Amino acid sequence: MTTRRLLILGPLFYLFVFFLYPLTAILARSLNADSLMGVGPFSALMTDSYYLERIWFTIWQATVSTLLTVAIGLPVAYLFAKHQFPGKTVLKAVSTIPFIMPTIVVAMGFLALVGPQGIVNSVLVGSFDLDAPPVRISNTLLIIFMAHAFYNYSIVVRIVSTFWANLSPRLEESAAMLGAGRFETFVHVTLPLLLPAIVSSAVLAFAFAFTSFGVVLILGGPEFATLEVVTYELAAKLFRLELAGALAIIQLVFTYLFLVIYTKFQAGAAVQVELVPRGNTSMHRRRLRDTVFVFSLILGLLAILSPLWALLERAISSGEGYSLVHFISLFSNETGSYFYRSPLTIIGNSVRFAICTMVIAVTVGTIVSYYLARSQRQNAGILDAIFMMPLGVSAVIMGFGFLIAFDQDPMDLRASWTILVIAHSLIAYPFVIRSVLPTLRGIPIHLREAAAVLGASPAKTFFHIDMPILSGALLVGATFAFAVSMGEFGASLLLVRPEFTTMPVAIFRLLGQPGDSNIGQAVALSTILMVIVAIGFILIERFRYKDMGGF
Amino acid sequence: MAILEVEHICKSFGDGFSLREVSLTAKRGEIVGLLGPSGCGKTTLLRLVAGLEQPDSGSISFDGDLVHGLPPKDRGFGLMFQDLALFPHMDVIGNISFGLRMLHLSKVEINQRVDYLLNLVDLKGYGRRKIHELSGGERQRVALARSLAPEPRLLMFDEPFGSLDRGLRESLQIEVRSILKKVDVTSIYVTHDRDEAFAMSDSIVIMDKGSIVQAGTPEELFRSPRNELVAWSLGLKNVMMGTLTSSGEIDTPIGPLRGKGTGPSSSRDTPVLVLIDERKLYIGPPINPSSEHQTVMEGVIDNIQFHGGESNILCSVFNGKVTCLVRPGDTDVSFQVGDSVSLVVPAEAIRWVPASE
Repeated sequence: MTTRRLLILGPLFYLFVFFLYPLTAILARSLNADSLMGVGPFSALMTDSYYLERIWFTIWQATVSTLLTVAIGLPVAYLFAKHQFPGKTVLKAVSTIPFIMPTIVVAMGFLALVGPQGIVNSVLVGSFDLDAPPVRISNTLLIIFMAHAFYNYSIVVRIVSTFWANLSPRLEESAAMLGAGRFETFVHVTLPLLLPAIVSSAVLAFAFAFTSFGVVLILGGPEFATLEVVTYELAAKLFRLELAGALAIIQLVFTYLFLVIYTKFQAGAAVQVELVPRGNTSMHRRRLRDTVFVFSLILGLLAILSPLWALLERAISSGEGYSLVHFISLFSNETGSYFYRSPLTIIGNSVRFAICTMVIAVTVGTIVSYYLARSQRQNAGILDAIFMMPLGVSAVIMGFGFLIAFDQDPMDLRASWTILVIAHSLIAYPFVIRSVLPTLRGIPIHLREAAAVLGASPAKTFFHIDMPILSGALLVGATFAFAVSMGEFGASLLLVRPEFTTMPVAIFRLLGQPGDSNIGQAVALSTILMVIVAIGFILIERFRYKDMGGF
Repeated sequence: MAILEVEHICKSFGDGFSLREVSLTAKRGEIVGLLGPSGCGKTTLLRLVAGLEQPDSGSISFDGDLVHGLPPKDRGFGLMFQDLALFPHMDVIGNISFGLRMLHLSKVEINQRVDYLLNLVDLKGYGRRKIHELSGGERQRVALARSLAPEPRLLMFDEPFGSLDRGLRESLQIEVRSILKKVDVTSIYVTHDRDEAFAMSDSIVIMDKGSIVQAGTPEELFRSPRNELVAWSLGLKNVMMGTLTSSGEIDTPIGPLRGKGTGPSSSRDTPVLVLIDERKLYIGPPINPSSEHQTVMEGVIDNIQFHGGESNILCSVFNGKVTCLVRPGDTDVSFQVGDSVSLVVPAEAIRWVPASE
């Protein structure tokens, strides 16, 4: 048995114990339940119109969200793929911010922008001397769609613009030479060629909207509960674990369906088209119409990011002008609550967990990537899919699985903070693989052979050849893992103990308490979270390897 | 009579490259070879004619109508790219019929035309193949058929055979030329390969650094190459600048050459471009001194290249270099690099033309 094979046993063990075992526990719990007068929980769900309605609602809200996401994402993808303009690199980086922002920050951003006390309403009330906020879209479907589109459009931008930029412009020029106009060229040539990329990004966006938790919980209100929210309420509030389990399984089936479609289309995108290096592909032509178009796209892009500006503005505005009052009040325990934790403790918790998560996720991700990069194509595909599985499981389900799987000695982890870190690392390591694996596969075999011929052992080859080339991708993966942990909400909400409260959970708790001061504090804490993640994000952009990572 | 007239086209790019005052004509049914080193502006000129770029100034007209300013689709021209740019999401028929569908022809017409074209390029039975299932040569044929399908008034080629190996390239050149002649389409053929340009073209245009250096039939170019670049482009081996002296000799870097040579009459003391036919030189041990009909020079062999049964021997002579062609049987002597030899340049081997800028 080679070292490579021995090494992979670690991640496999980790996956079996912390992922497959809790999932099995959920399945077992829902299948063994003999409550509900002999009716199994699955048939209980399938005959209750409330749950069917929730399933249907989850599907169609995800569909509408996805359409909106693609509609916003495509023009931006076009902008980045086909146009050169000053400040493009920065703008491109900025456009990706929403995707790595914690859902809770996104939700808070929308409240800060269009909520009852958001910027838009305060300005309108102030300017026109109104009695009540005129824009009332919180707790509506509209705000959910907007938040989902905001959160996911950069997936479309990333995947489609990379593909588009590498698409040979000769194809479109050929179409023009063969008599096709701009519109015909787009419909017959560009769009069909982009379709695999569009579909695979849309499927991802759909999966994220389908399993959306934080956004729906905070912005939607009870009547717009998705499967994820219902599962959470069944498990955490109503203690109907068997129903929650059955619902979780149903959701899993859906999510894997999406992942299969995604993988299929991504593979399609990979083989069919010969991509050319970018730089050869952007447009030479400069026309006034193009300039105006590009300019308005840039403005539109900045407008898309307005929830984040709004959050920042709300955090430092205090009714009368600007101050740091919200930040200061975070430090005082006005009601003398038992649950009060200093913001420093909370931030400390989040950062500590995030660093631990990062270490585990990078270790697991690197070992798996290294194994996959050396495996035969067929085997690598299957194993890759297996290790990607956690990506398809929603955080709430994972948290729920942990609760029922690790409730007995010697595996009673419920009171330990390690349970949080393990949950976070399961969600994070697939991102490390997606960042590291393409780079690792891109290292020409000749480099390693040259090193071997020159007398390097496999270990030395790894440290002297692979590692230096990989460092960029590793850093991206590590930062992603860090950001995932900082923003993780669904699993944490189920698993967290008061003494280990993380920032997203603390924000949610603050929102649940009455009073403007609490909302102000939630906004302030969200802003701090946003800034921490943004710093990580700046690192990602600085070290992103060649723009070719998976996500 | 010229059907394509490109007049005084200028085009500059941000990176400093520009086309300056480029003019070009093509007769109906003629294949014009556009020859020049990489980066000389050949491709840019094609893209301007195609309408993929707009000129800063100058005019382009076809069949008496101005076409510059029209979008590519309204010019009725075809262009075959270096990378062919076959649509990867369509099969062979899908690619060939694309231009016909853009013309909104009926299904019957399209099918007839596609069948005709598949026959023409010898790809019968390949209609339903995917592009990625085709070999390099087959892709070239599909691209050619696709370009010919909408019956373009002018067909342009941008180094279409650049990626093929030599044997395949040469057989395709012959085939494509005969197809172009058969359908009688006016064509511009861009290449940096001299042999390809001569194999394909009725007339040749030589470009360098954004300008046209000389245009004409291959015979015209051979008769009076305008400068060293043209002469090198034609494959001439011994090209050098010289001066006609009052004593009837030509001063060159390899020394004064005797004999009148052939060339247009010109006033004395003017710079000329001297061309020496490498096939008419004699190389060997020292022989007769110079006479009125020949010049004898001493040289040293720098390099010997064996090529197709013949040897190209490069010698240093005085301040210059001369290449001689030696056929088997020309001499019993076997040459080595470093040998001192005598070179005999007969008067009839020398040609000169007035030098221009």
